[in-house]
Amino acid sequence: MIVLDKVTKYYGSHPAVHDLSFEIEEGECIGFLGLNGAGKTTTLRMLSCLLLPTSGRVTVKGFDAEEQAHEIRKLIGFLPDRPPVYPEMTVKAFLVFAGKLRNMDRAAIDRRLPKVLDDCGLGHVIDEPIQNLSHGYQQRVGIAQAIIHDPALLILDEPIQGLDPVQIVEMRNMIRGLRGQHTILLSTHILSEIAQTSDRILMLHEGRITAQGSEEELAARFGADGRVRIDLELRVAGGAGAAETVQAALGAIGGVDEVDFGSADDAGVVQVTLRGRGDVREAVARCVVEGGSGLLRLEQKESGLEDIFVQLSKEAEA
Amino acid sequence: MKNVVLIAGRELSSYLKTPSGYVIAGVMLFFQGLVFNGYAVGDQPTLSTEVLLRFLEVSGGLTIVTGVLFSMRLLAEEKASGTMTLLFTSPVHEGEIVLGKYLASLAFIALVVLASLYLPALIFVNGKVSYGHIASGYLGLFLLGASTLAVGTFASSLVKHPFLAVLLTGGFVAILEATFWVARISDPSTPASSTILGTFAPYYTHFRNFRNGIVQLSDLAFFAGIIYVSLLASTRVLKSQRWR
Repeated sequence: MIVLDKVTKYYGSHPAVHDLSFEIEEGECIGFLGLNGAGKTTTLRMLSCLLLPTSGRVTVKGFDAEEQAHEIRKLIGFLPDRPPVYPEMTVKAFLVFAGKLRNMDRAAIDRRLPKVLDDCGLGHVIDEPIQNLSHGYQQRVGIAQAIIHDPALLILDEPIQGLDPVQIVEMRNMIRGLRGQHTILLSTHILSEIAQTSDRILMLHEGRITAQGSEEELAARFGADGRVRIDLELRVAGGAGAAETVQAALGAIGGVDEVDFGSADDAGVVQVTLRGRGDVREAVARCVVEGGSGLLRLEQKESGLEDIFVQLSKEAEA
Repeated sequence: MKNVVLIAGRELSSYLKTPSGYVIAGVMLFFQGLVFNGYAVGDQPTLSTEVLLRFLEVSGGLTIVTGVLFSMRLLAEEKASGTMTLLFTSPVHEGEIVLGKYLASLAFIALVVLASLYLPALIFVNGKVSYGHIASGYLGLFLLGASTLAVGTFASSLVKHPFLAVLLTGGFVAILEATFWVARISDPSTPASSTILGTFAPYYTHFRNFRNGIVQLSDLAFFAGIIYVSLLASTRVLKSQRWR
């Protein structure tokens, strides 16, 4: 449905997106993940025909974004990082206006409106001026305007930005509810969010795709076996330099790549996180006990997006 | 055209629902009333035609100021509030956005101009002027407002902040009017309004004819031209934003 072919976008001499190529199938829910400035918004804006690439080609359902932007605009609903609403209008008047902008007649809008209000949870504020609504509800109105015409492609740029935790959960549920009805592209720099809403994740760093796949696929490819967290009581070992000794011993275990040694709390307990390959739990337990330290806790943590993201960002920097 | 009407209708309804339009209109009508009583009628016996001429002269300046202030409500406000994104991602042509926004502001300024019509009507209490003269003067006021708004639309297409749009519109209008004075200073022997440079001044060269009760095709063509060029340039600027 969507094809980006070697797309580059420069702002002045700075490449916001560089040689970007990917394809998205109809019905997918794709999450664009990246730090601020990674090129997520620029990519989504090019797909929304708000920006043209400096080079390369963007097509949506076979329509070229440069030559046939008008046709693409009929297919998309877009929520930018700030909801594009007229504050003095009521929710209903605004959605009717948004529908008419997308070539819907009043009868079609009236037929579609109940479902949109239901999907976005706006039924009870339909006659409220938008300026009286909270940011969370304004964001819902932003999504409602994007889906009023039942677009094939829904593009959401940072849909949870500025929302409180309760609103984030509501927004997440709303986006989940829209899956299957539209092809959805959403961007965020919040890792947990993208894992819970997307079928496939595109990781961007400095305008390039560093990885793509489902969370499980990314974990399998990049995360290996993840992390082991242990809590140690160093006083058992006693003496100065105990921490360094234990840290060196842990680092020497085969399969352990990185030892993140925390500082001791008042009770002398230290939290240590090990990153590595393979199952190192038994070796770690033996190392700690034989070293004379108290092993208070040992926990295997599956590698999450956070680890993969940090790892890929470090690799990209290198 | 459907989209033009849709955008203009929404915009006009916004003018009527928010206080900014009423504040600007109220201030203009207040000053027009003040000028009519304090300057046009004055405290000395004055010819009715002279009263009308003085009133239209100052009203022309006030209409320009109103048009400049209205430029904050045009495209720059859509950009500042983020709603331009809604229009840009909808199947709407840039020209339709420009025309819709412009026509709404034009309709509102036309209402504001017409709202002062009771002032020249007061001349009939103690005097008499030609209805044609009033009509000509008000056509001039309308065209002056229309051209200022068109220039304001162009200025607001260039910037993101409404206040900058006002400053830029004021600057453009000042440059256009300054051409009259440059023409007058550079060649004192020739009437500035008949020089090429002087023809660019909407108020000093063209509105003055309407004020004097003269409706000329050349003046109508000038206003039509400046409106067309400004709106065309605004459309081009909006189109170019995809390349930025």
